[in-house]
Amino acid sequence: MRTVIEVKDIVTRFGKRTIHDGVSLRVGENEIFGILGESGSGKSVLMREMIMLQEPNAGEITVLGHNLQKIGFAQAQQLRREWGVLFQFGALYSSLTIAENIEVQLKEYTKISKPIRDKLVRSKIALVGLDAHVGSLYPSELSGGMIKRAALARALAMEPKLLFLDEPTSGLDPVGARNFDKLIVELRDMLGITVVMITHDLESISHIVDRMAILADKRVVAEGTLAEVLQSTHPFVEEFFKNEYTKEKFEHIFNKES
Amino acid sequence: MDHQYIVWKQDEEKTFLFGKGKWDLETVPEIEQVLKKIPLDKPIVWDVSDVATFDSAGVLLFRTFLEAYKKKTSVEIIGYTQKQKEMYEMLESHMTEEIPERGEGFLAQIGKSVMVTLGDIKDFTTFLGHLFYAFFYLLTHPGQLRIKETVYHIHQSGFNALVIIGMTSFLVGMVIAYQGAVQLAKFGADIFIVDTVGISIVRELGPMITAIVIAGRSGSAYTAEIGAMKITEEIAAMRTMGFDPYNFLVLPRVFALIIALPLLIFFSDIIGIFGGLVASSMQLGISFDQFISRLNEVLEVKHYILGMIKGPVFAFIIAAIGCFRGFQVSDNTESIGLHTTASVVNAIFLVIAFDALFSVIYTELGL
Repeated sequence: MRTVIEVKDIVTRFGKRTIHDGVSLRVGENEIFGILGESGSGKSVLMREMIMLQEPNAGEITVLGHNLQKIGFAQAQQLRREWGVLFQFGALYSSLTIAENIEVQLKEYTKISKPIRDKLVRSKIALVGLDAHVGSLYPSELSGGMIKRAALARALAMEPKLLFLDEPTSGLDPVGARNFDKLIVELRDMLGITVVMITHDLESISHIVDRMAILADKRVVAEGTLAEVLQSTHPFVEEFFKNEYTKEKFEHIFNKES
Repeated sequence: MDHQYIVWKQDEEKTFLFGKGKWDLETVPEIEQVLKKIPLDKPIVWDVSDVATFDSAGVLLFRTFLEAYKKKTSVEIIGYTQKQKEMYEMLESHMTEEIPERGEGFLAQIGKSVMVTLGDIKDFTTFLGHLFYAFFYLLTHPGQLRIKETVYHIHQSGFNALVIIGMTSFLVGMVIAYQGAVQLAKFGADIFIVDTVGISIVRELGPMITAIVIAGRSGSAYTAEIGAMKITEEIAAMRTMGFDPYNFLVLPRVFALIIALPLLIFFSDIIGIFGGLVASSMQLGISFDQFISRLNEVLEVKHYILGMIKGPVFAFIIAAIGCFRGFQVSDNTESIGLHTTASVVNAIFLVIAFDALFSVIYTELGL
C-alpha cells in the first residue's frame, strides 16, 4: 500500500512544555486512519502540523510525497488544493452563504463555468445529505449538525485525495453521528480518498476506522488495526478500551486475537 | 477535430465522440468548450472507455451534456467502466434541486430596513421599560445594588479616560482661542477671548467633547462586552440562575457613567480653559493673571451648572444604547462588529441631538 502521510520523530514544544517527543506514524492510501488519545495529548497539534498550520520543533512530515519542512511556496499552495480539512466547529466563512462557502475554492482556483460549478455545489450539498434551501442560508442560521455537514461539503469541493477530519462526530446526535460515519466510508469507497480523523467516538473507532495511532506519554504507544491496538498493555489503552463501560464492546475482538 | 481529452468525428450516419485521459477539475473547462460545438444533426455514439481518471466534475460534465444531447438526438454510450457507472449513479442519486436565490429587490430592501428600524425602536422601548423596572425594583431593594461592578466601571470608564479627555479638551481649548484671537484682534477686543473660551467650553464644548469621547470609548466597550457574553451564552446562564442581567450588567454601567461623566466634564472644563489660557498668552500676550481675573468676572456659575446638567443625560444615553446594542448581538462574530458600530453612531448622534435640544430649552428659558 502506498504511503500517503509519513510522520517521523516529531518533537513539539510549547515553551518548556513538551507535547510530542518522537511521534512517528504512517497513513496508507485509501484508508481511514484514526488518531486517538486523551485530551491534551497533542492530537490536534499533530493534525495542525500535517496541514501546515504549525511547524514541529524537530522531525519530518511527508504528505502526498512532499516533505513539509522543505516545501516551497508554490508547491505548498498546490498541496493545499489536494486536501480537504473539516475543522471541529466547521469554520465556515460567516459572511458567505453555504453554497458560496462550498464554491469559494472552485471559483478561486479553477476555470469551471458557472453552470457546471452550480451543479458541483448542488451535488456536494446532496452528497452530505443537506437540502437545497440550506445552500442559500448563512452559517449562523444552521444547527451544529448541519454546520458539520456543510463544512464537509466544503472540504470535498476540490475533489481532494486526502481528507482531514477533526472530531467529525462530536456534537452530533447518535443517529446523525452514525450517518456521518457511513457517509465517510461511502465517500472513501467512491472517491478513493484517504481519511485522517481525530476521534473519541467508540462507534467510529470500531466500525469505520481501518487503522489508528494512539497518542499517550508524548508518543505513539500503539499503531495498527483495532485488534492490533488491543494487544497493547499501555495504561491508556487499557483504560480506554477495557474500562467497565467499553470492555464488553471490544472483548470479542480481543479474545479472538489472543 | 483533435483534442487532448476529447476527439470527435462524423460519418454519413453517426457522430462519434471519444473521451480520453483526465476528466477532472483542471481539464473540465477545456472539454466543455469542445462539447459545446458538437453538431447534433446525427445520432451520437459516445465512447468513454479511455477516460482514465475522472472526478465528480468530469462525470457531471458528462451528465450535463448527455442530457442536453438527448433532447436533440439519440445518444449511445459505450465502453463505460464499473467505476464510472458507480460515480454516475452516485451523482444521479445525489443532486439537490436548484438552490433558491437569496437576492432581494430594491423595494424589498427599503421595506426591510424600515422594518428593522421600527423593530429597533420597539426593542429599545422595551429595553428602557426593563431598565426602569430594574431601577425601581432596586430602589425598593437597595441591598441588591452591585457596588463592586459599579465602582469597577467608574474606574474603567471614568478614571482611565482622564488622559484622553484631558488631551482632547486641551487641544480644543487651544483651537478655540487661536481661532477667536484672530477675529477679536481685528476689533482690538483681545480680552474678550476669555469670554469666548470660558463660556463656550463650559456650556457647550466640555460636555460635548467628553460625551463623544466616552461614547467612542465606553459605549463601544459595553456593546462588545455584553455582545460577547451573549454569544458565549453567559447571559442565558445568568438568567437560568435568577441573576437579572439588567441588575447585574446594565444598571452598574448606567450608574457608573452617570456618576463619572459629570466629573469628567468638570475635568474637561478646567483643562479646556487652561488650553485657551495658554493659547491666549501665546497669541495675544494676555497674562495668566489677566485671564483668570477676567474669567472670574464673566463666567457666571449658571453657565457651569447648565453644562454639568447635560452630563447625566448624555451618560444615560451612551450607557443605555451601548448595553441595548450589546443585547441585540446574535450568535455570530460578525454581528458584534455591526452592533458596536451602530452603538457608537447612535450614541454620538443622540448626544448631539440632545445637546441641540438643551440649547433650545436654555434659550427659550432665557438662560
